[in-house]
Amino acid sequence: MSLDVEQIRWIAHLARLELADDEIDGLARDLNAIVSYMDQLQQLNTDGIEPLAHPLDVKNVFREDVPASSLAVDEALASAPDRRGNYFGVPAVLD
Amino acid sequence: MTWSESISYRTVIGLEVHVQLLTRTKLFCGCSTTFGQPPNSATCPVCLGLPGALPVMNRRAFDLAVKAALALNCRVAGFTKWDRKNYFYPDLPKNYQISQYDLPFSEEGWLEIDAGQGPRRIGLIRVHLEEDAGKLLHDENGGGQASRVDLNRAGTPLLEIVSKPEVASPEETRAYLEEIRLLLRELGVSDCEMQEGSLRCDANINLHIPQADGSVAATPIVEVKNLNSVAAVERAMRYETQRQFEQFQKDGKKWGEPGVHKATAGWDENSRTTRIQRRKEEAADYRYFPEPDLVPVTVSAARVDEVRAELGELPAAQRARLPAQYGLSAYDAGVLTRQGRAFVAYFEEAARLCGDAKETANWLANDVLQALNESKQAIRYFPISAAGLADLIGEIKATGLNKQRSREVFAEMLAGCPSAKQAMDKLGIKVIADRDQLADIVRRAIAANPTAVADFKKGKTKAADAIKGAVMRETKGMARTELVQEILLEELHRAGSDADRG
Repeated sequence: MSLDVEQIRWIAHLARLELADDEIDGLARDLNAIVSYMDQLQQLNTDGIEPLAHPLDVKNVFREDVPASSLAVDEALASAPDRRGNYFGVPAVLD
Repeated sequence: MTWSESISYRTVIGLEVHVQLLTRTKLFCGCSTTFGQPPNSATCPVCLGLPGALPVMNRRAFDLAVKAALALNCRVAGFTKWDRKNYFYPDLPKNYQISQYDLPFSEEGWLEIDAGQGPRRIGLIRVHLEEDAGKLLHDENGGGQASRVDLNRAGTPLLEIVSKPEVASPEETRAYLEEIRLLLRELGVSDCEMQEGSLRCDANINLHIPQADGSVAATPIVEVKNLNSVAAVERAMRYETQRQFEQFQKDGKKWGEPGVHKATAGWDENSRTTRIQRRKEEAADYRYFPEPDLVPVTVSAARVDEVRAELGELPAAQRARLPAQYGLSAYDAGVLTRQGRAFVAYFEEAARLCGDAKETANWLANDVLQALNESKQAIRYFPISAAGLADLIGEIKATGLNKQRSREVFAEMLAGCPSAKQAMDKLGIKVIADRDQLADIVRRAIAANPTAVADFKKGKTKAADAIKGAVMRETKGMARTELVQEILLEELHRAGSDADRG
């Protein structure tokens, strides 16, 4: 399979990436190289091999339901590009 | 009436319910989940999505989720993992939600509901565990320029319960939500407060309308959101059913035709209408992939058995047992069950002590429930114990006290009087159960009401009630009711035959 220009634009849109027209060809080449490598991997015989859900062979890691301290409001909002009172300001969302 | 108006169509509803789990802390961090904290005061690097922060699963959240899934008759998976659901929205700080995609911890269950036509099972596709997003506030004062975000809710544990499209009416929608609420509250899984957002519901609805050629046309599916109460959900389903039927008469658009898309609609409680918000032109593309920051979880069969054993008797089982064991009607069993386990336990104790389950159920379904509703109390704080109610019922049966005076005794006990006898003494109630004394009063009442007697003789048996009323007034309601009835009929018949002879 190979990706066409429309698919590249769609993937960029999903990731909220703005692409200049002259960037697309190069990205298509790179992504197609990755995809064809995946195609190659798909050809491996994986019969009888358990799907890997996580690279670490660790399971069942939990924490107890015990409160820990949270950040102070000022700390939480310190990196907000647009602080509004004790809230994060964001462009108006009309839904 | 045209053919199309005379046909019956089928309503098809699938419900997606989110409930907040009753944990003290969030799903992946130690921030508090208490409702109503000051904005952005319960956040940390994990739930703010700051770089380098790592989530760790809350054990209690997972345990509660398993408990709920088993109560919903789901198959709990031996192996489960979490996935990233990627999308951009201002209330989602990480730009992905940690949810479950292909290996949810439970699937294939059912919920038994009763919308007044007997028990019916609604199939469940899956129940999975995910995190909540933050809360978006639309700035009324900012001239529509900005919205504000409170991330206290971000990362709160949510159970998503997805039904099969098997809910068949607005009434069943209500019954489904009420049943989930009852079940999960009883198990301590969630408090299910729709007002506080700890139970949320989205409903997918369309109609299957039989056509003249024998085919069935499906109307375009609409997903209704912003449903803030059980009543609103029911109303929205009723409105949308009507709207889709009318729309289909107008344009005949069918689900599955080119250019027909699923639409999202918001429910507006003020105008009581749905408003189409946007069309879903393209399939959502969330680019799910396994969450690398969380390791999988395994659940042993032994653990599943252990949790199942802790569930106790669930509402569906109670609704079936109460009629079988106590001879109650399905309706009464439904009323008792809906109040929760403590209420059913109270019923069972009182019924055992007084030996009259039907009468106990009547008192509970009427006077006790009304008193609890008025005082907004739970049954465990009710001033009259199960033994107290049994005592009252026993005393009423022994004395034949009428309903009105019985209620006065009940009120006295509600105010703190420890026994029915003491309450009756206090109220000066002394039931007259002496046959001769009552016969005397009845005869006088008959003599004083010739019209009623004449009516009775004409076959108007209801006329006897007037005379009975006179006896009750005379005795201040303290005459033993069934004895009065018995004597009255005897005397009336005798008066009748005397008159015939005379």
